[in-house]
Amino acid sequence: MKSYILKRILSLIPVLLIVSIVVFMIIHLTPGDPASVMLGPEASQEDVEQLKNHLGLNDPVYQQYFHWVEGVFQGDLGDSFFMDKPVTAAIIEHLGPTISLAILSQITAILIALPLGIFAARKRGTVTDQTFMGISLLGISIPHFLFGLFLIIILAINLRWLPVAGYRPLSAGLWEHIKYLIMPAIALGTGQAALIARMTRSSMVETLNLNFIKTARAKGLHERKVIYKHTLRNAFIPILTVIGQTFGTLVAGAAVTETVFNIPGIGQLIINSVERRDYMVIQGTVLMVTVTYVLINLIVDLLYGVIDPRVRLKKES
Amino acid sequence: MELVVEKKRQLSDFRRDINRERRRLFVRRFFSNKLTVTGSVILLLTLLITIFGPMISAYNPYEMVVTSRLKAPSGEHLFGTDNLGRDLFARVVYGARASMGVGLSVAIITSILGMVVGLYSSYYKILDHILMRICDGLMAFPAILLAIALMAALGTKIENVIIALSAVFTPYVARVVRSAALVVREQTYIEAMKAQGASSLRIIWAHIAPNTLSPLIVYATFIFADAIIIEAGLSFLGVGVPAPDPSWGNILYDGKLVIFTAWWMTFFPGIAIILSVLGLNLFGDGLRDLLDPHTNRSKK
Repeated sequence: MKSYILKRILSLIPVLLIVSIVVFMIIHLTPGDPASVMLGPEASQEDVEQLKNHLGLNDPVYQQYFHWVEGVFQGDLGDSFFMDKPVTAAIIEHLGPTISLAILSQITAILIALPLGIFAARKRGTVTDQTFMGISLLGISIPHFLFGLFLIIILAINLRWLPVAGYRPLSAGLWEHIKYLIMPAIALGTGQAALIARMTRSSMVETLNLNFIKTARAKGLHERKVIYKHTLRNAFIPILTVIGQTFGTLVAGAAVTETVFNIPGIGQLIINSVERRDYMVIQGTVLMVTVTYVLINLIVDLLYGVIDPRVRLKKES
Repeated sequence: MELVVEKKRQLSDFRRDINRERRRLFVRRFFSNKLTVTGSVILLLTLLITIFGPMISAYNPYEMVVTSRLKAPSGEHLFGTDNLGRDLFARVVYGARASMGVGLSVAIITSILGMVVGLYSSYYKILDHILMRICDGLMAFPAILLAIALMAALGTKIENVIIALSAVFTPYVARVVRSAALVVREQTYIEAMKAQGASSLRIIWAHIAPNTLSPLIVYATFIFADAIIIEAGLSFLGVGVPAPDPSWGNILYDGKLVIFTAWWMTFFPGIAIILSVLGLNLFGDGLRDLLDPHTNRSKK
C-alpha cells in the first residue's frame, strides 16, 4: 500500500508541471502587451513600462516562469493589481462561500442520487427504470446555471419563497446562511446527482448479477440486507469515483452558478478578474483550484484501498 | 477462367448482401430504442432550425425597435422581444448558428486532433509518454475553468471560443482513441502487417484508424453536447460570443438583467439549449449502445 501511495503521488509531478506551465502561459497568450491591456487604452507609455518592470515582463520567459514557480512554492501567488492585496489573501476571502456551496450541493446530490440509483437498479429493465434513465439524462443535459435561472424565476420571483440571490456568512445564523444557498445547491446538486445516480444504477446492476448475491439470497437473507450490505458495499468504488469527481467539479466549476446567484466565491473572483484583466489573480486562482481538484481525486483514489481490500491487495502485488 | 470470374462475382454479391443485411439490422436496432429515436428527432429538428430557421424568421435579429422593448410573447412576436426591442424568436433562431456552430466545429476539430494524437501515441512509446503527460495535465483542469482562463488570454471572439474549447476537449478524445488503438495494436494481423514490411504510416491510418472510429464518433457527439453547454456558460459570463451577435448564452446574459420582468428571455434560449443538448445526448447514448457498448461516458 505504501509503495502504491508513493507511486500515485509521484505521478502527480508531471501533471502539476504541465498545469503550472499552462497557467503561467495565460498571461503570455494574450495578443499584444499584457501590461497595456491591464492598464487600458488611456495609460501612458511610462505607466505601462513601470508595470512591465513591476511584473517582470521584461525578463526572458523562462526566467519569469522560474520566478513565478519559486513564489508559488513559498505560498506567494503575486499581488492583485486591482485589489491591491496578495492573491492568496483574495483567495482565502472568497473560499468560504465556495466550500459551503460545494458541501451543500454534494449533500443534495447524494441524497437524490443514491436512493434513485438503487431503486432503478432493483427495477432494472422495467418502465420505471427507463423513465429514470430518461430523467437522469435530462438532468445531465441542463446546464447548472440555466437550472439556477429557472429556479430563480419559479421559487424566488413567482412564489417568493427564497431570496433571489446573494450570500450571508455562517455567522449570520445557520438558517440565514442556508436560505441563500438552497437554490444554488439544488441547481448544482441535481446535475451531479444525475451522474452519480447513473453510476450507482449501473454498478449496482453489475453487482446484483454476481453469484455471491445469489448465494446471499439463497441463504434467505432479508432483501434489504442483500441490497445495502452485500450489493451496495461491493458496488461502491465506481460510485465513490464519481462522487469524488463531482466534488472536485463543485469546488472548481461552480463559477457560472456563483455568478447567477451573486455568491462571492472563488468563481466570482475569477470572473471579476477576467473582466478586469487582473492576470495575477486569474493565474493564482486557476492554479489553486486545479491543484485542489487534483488532490481531491488523489484522496478518492487512495480511499479505494480503505473501502475495498481487493484493490489494496491487487495494487500491492 | 470463367469459373473464377463467376465465383468472384458470387463472392462480391454475397458480401454485398451481408453488408446490406448488417445495415438493415443496424437501422432496425437503432430505431427499436424509443429514447434514441426521440433523440434523433430532436437533433434533426435542431439542425433543420439552425440551417433554415433564419429563412422563416420575419424579423432581423439585430434590428432594435425602441418602442417595442420587453414585449411578452404574442402573435406578433412569437417569443416576445428583448431589452433592446429585438425580436427574440429571430435572435434564438440566429443564435442557434453560433451555439450549434461552435459545438459542431469543436466536435470536428477535437475529433481530428484527438485522432492524430491518440493514434500516434498508441504507436510510438516515447511519444506516448510525452503526449499523455500533456493530456493528463490539461485534463487536470476543470473544463469550464480552463475555458475561462483561455478566453481571458485570447479575448472574446467566436473563433477564440472554438479554439479554447478545442484545447479543452482534445485530450479527452485523444485518450479514447488511444485506448481503442492500443487494443488493435496487439492484434495478430498488425504483427503480420509489420512482418510484411508495411510502413507505419499505412498501418496506423489504413489498419488501426478505422477501428477507432466507433468510439470516436460516439464520443464526438458527447463533445458536441458539452461544447454547447460550455459555450453557453462562457457567453453567459460575457467571455464567449460577443454582442451584438446572438448566441443562446449571451441572450441569457441579457435575460439575467431583466429576469424580474421578462421570463421569456431566459425561458426560450434555455429551452433551446436543453433540447439540443438532450437530443445529442440521447442520440449519442443510442449510438454507443450499438457501436461501442463498453465505453462509459466520462465526466469532464
